[in-house]
Amino acid sequence: MVKQIVFVLALLITLGIFGYTARRIIGFFRLTRPFPLSQWKERILLTLEVAIGQSKIFRFPVIGFLHALVFWGFLVITLGSIEMVIDGVFGMERSMSSTGRFYDFVMASGDVMAYVIMISILIFMARRLFFTIKRFYGVEMQKKSKQDAIVALSFIFLLMVSLAGINLTYVHQHAENYKGIYPVSAGLSETLFTPGSNQFVLHEISWWVHILLIFAFANVLPYSKHFHVFTSVPNVFFSRLGPLGYLPNMESVTREVKLMMNPETAFAAAPAGEAPPSRFGVKDVEDVTWKNYLDSLACTECGRCTSVCPANITGKLLSPRKIFVDLRARMKEKGPGLVKDKSFDDGKALIGSYISAEELWACTTCNACAQECPVNINHPSLILDMRRYLVMEEAAAPASLNTMFANIENNGAPWQYPAEDRLKWTEGL
Amino acid sequence: MSNSIQVPVLAEVAAKGEFPEYLFWVGCAGAFDERYQKVTRAFVKLLHKAGVSYAVLGKEETCTGDPARRAGNEMLFQMQALTVIETLKAYEVKKVITCCPHCYNVFKNEYPDLGGNYEVIHHSVFLRKLVNEGKLVADPEIFSDKTIVFHDPCYLGRGNGEYEAPRAVIASLRSKTKEMPRNMSKALCCGAGGAQMFKEAEPGNKEVNAERTEEALATKADIVATACPFCMTMLTDGIKFRDKQDEVKNYDIAELLVMAMGL
Repeated sequence: MVKQIVFVLALLITLGIFGYTARRIIGFFRLTRPFPLSQWKERILLTLEVAIGQSKIFRFPVIGFLHALVFWGFLVITLGSIEMVIDGVFGMERSMSSTGRFYDFVMASGDVMAYVIMISILIFMARRLFFTIKRFYGVEMQKKSKQDAIVALSFIFLLMVSLAGINLTYVHQHAENYKGIYPVSAGLSETLFTPGSNQFVLHEISWWVHILLIFAFANVLPYSKHFHVFTSVPNVFFSRLGPLGYLPNMESVTREVKLMMNPETAFAAAPAGEAPPSRFGVKDVEDVTWKNYLDSLACTECGRCTSVCPANITGKLLSPRKIFVDLRARMKEKGPGLVKDKSFDDGKALIGSYISAEELWACTTCNACAQECPVNINHPSLILDMRRYLVMEEAAAPASLNTMFANIENNGAPWQYPAEDRLKWTEGL
Repeated sequence: MSNSIQVPVLAEVAAKGEFPEYLFWVGCAGAFDERYQKVTRAFVKLLHKAGVSYAVLGKEETCTGDPARRAGNEMLFQMQALTVIETLKAYEVKKVITCCPHCYNVFKNEYPDLGGNYEVIHHSVFLRKLVNEGKLVADPEIFSDKTIVFHDPCYLGRGNGEYEAPRAVIASLRSKTKEMPRNMSKALCCGAGGAQMFKEAEPGNKEVNAERTEEALATKADIVATACPFCMTMLTDGIKFRDKQDEVKNYDIAELLVMAMGL
């Protein structure tokens, strides 16, 4: 009974803190602009392929495989965690064991995966601590990024050690009649524990350490780059669909252009329910779509995007990862003020204070970053939206691009050739 | 060379009440870039050889607006796009072929948002079709001792998932082929996309086209093949920069096919 009360208290504290965090983040989402959704069936299939199937992470095959193992392990182990919560609240033991074969499968795979994850985490940790992996570095990779990684990896490692502890002692204590199957722990417990010894205390310690670590981890995650544990699957589900080459249309501009081109519609009212945008393009966090912001929360700063970026590879300032690290940081800075007062202004902006025009103009829109991102973040569309702001609100394009614009306006080609010469290539055919 | 090809201009044939099956969208580079004019001519030779019903807009063609959009000038892009859509509507154009992956992308993916719906075909896909139908047959001897490496244009490959068509056209030449380490969806950009073609690169320690050209040259191929006017400019410059223009040539897949057919 005391155990139940302690457990419920711990659970309530966890949910309370998590609720506070969730409210804060939902408030930030409310500041953003719409991102229309459709094609639900396609989204489900995409989620199965890219999130559950981890298809894009395999583009870096070796380390990608280890990540996939950790992810799949998490899926089965989470089912076990749900059982632990039910057990804890209702004072039961192995409450889901009545599901029979299913239970055997969940426990068996969870047991194997606990050890697999343990080994994978040690490899990940070694890569962070003892190797210099180029994509783990960059201007946007502050000390906190590395700390975040080490903290998250330590959490996961201890979670797996304590889970193994639960399984080892459980099998030992219930020698012949334990529920579920534990392929690794069953054998290991025989070599670890003297037959007939009592491992009840170790079991209780493992159980409590495991569940309290889960509670703590769940509340640390939203404040670290490893929030991606929660956000990446939804981020894949809400992916921008269609070919990577596609850039969404700006309806607000279409209306203006149609007015200019056809005076008859000049007095037509704007479509109902559509407020005119405060500005063209993206200058600051209130101009991004909620999907852009979700992208920033789903980014775990793995750096696959930046490692394939032609601008970054050749020493330019642009790093696609930095765009989303900056967006998240800027929302954290400006969001609380905006939530209280829509017109809040701290004199800073995402463009200028965080991201320079030089970074934005270095992009070749080659889409290598978006192609590589394991959680389907779309970097080029946000970069383009920021260019749209620079050009249409600030008229701040590089001079040579202004020349190109003028050429298109004057003679219908980006270069200074007259339309009369458009058939010159046919001469001599 | 087949003597004197008359390139049909849409306004002229439409005046006679004829509406060809395809509009060949030449694009600004195809019309004005001295190097790429050769590609346009090569492609037209192939169209005539295969007996394709087509026409060009000629003086009525204008920029699709794509470079303006990629440079952030949405206003200018949409004005161009709506103008082009009006022109194509007047001629009841339903199918568009183009050699430029940027024009291809904007026609196929972005004009539908503004009311322009066409069947859009990149010349690599169209040439593959003509080769498969036996309408364009390469002499297997011409390139038999040559090695060709193909550079994937971003807006054809990653942008629209078309990696196979240009490779199929090259395969029909019966040459040896190589791949760069970064190929298909992992291909490195030539450096010209996103309106970079029309501006100086930002400060860095290297030009993107130098990085890509080195990768192409490292394959020891005799020919670097492309299927995009901007890629062609960047790679031709890159090869010259490395002073390899005598040993390594840069051709569009249409030009290679013309050479292999002795046209």
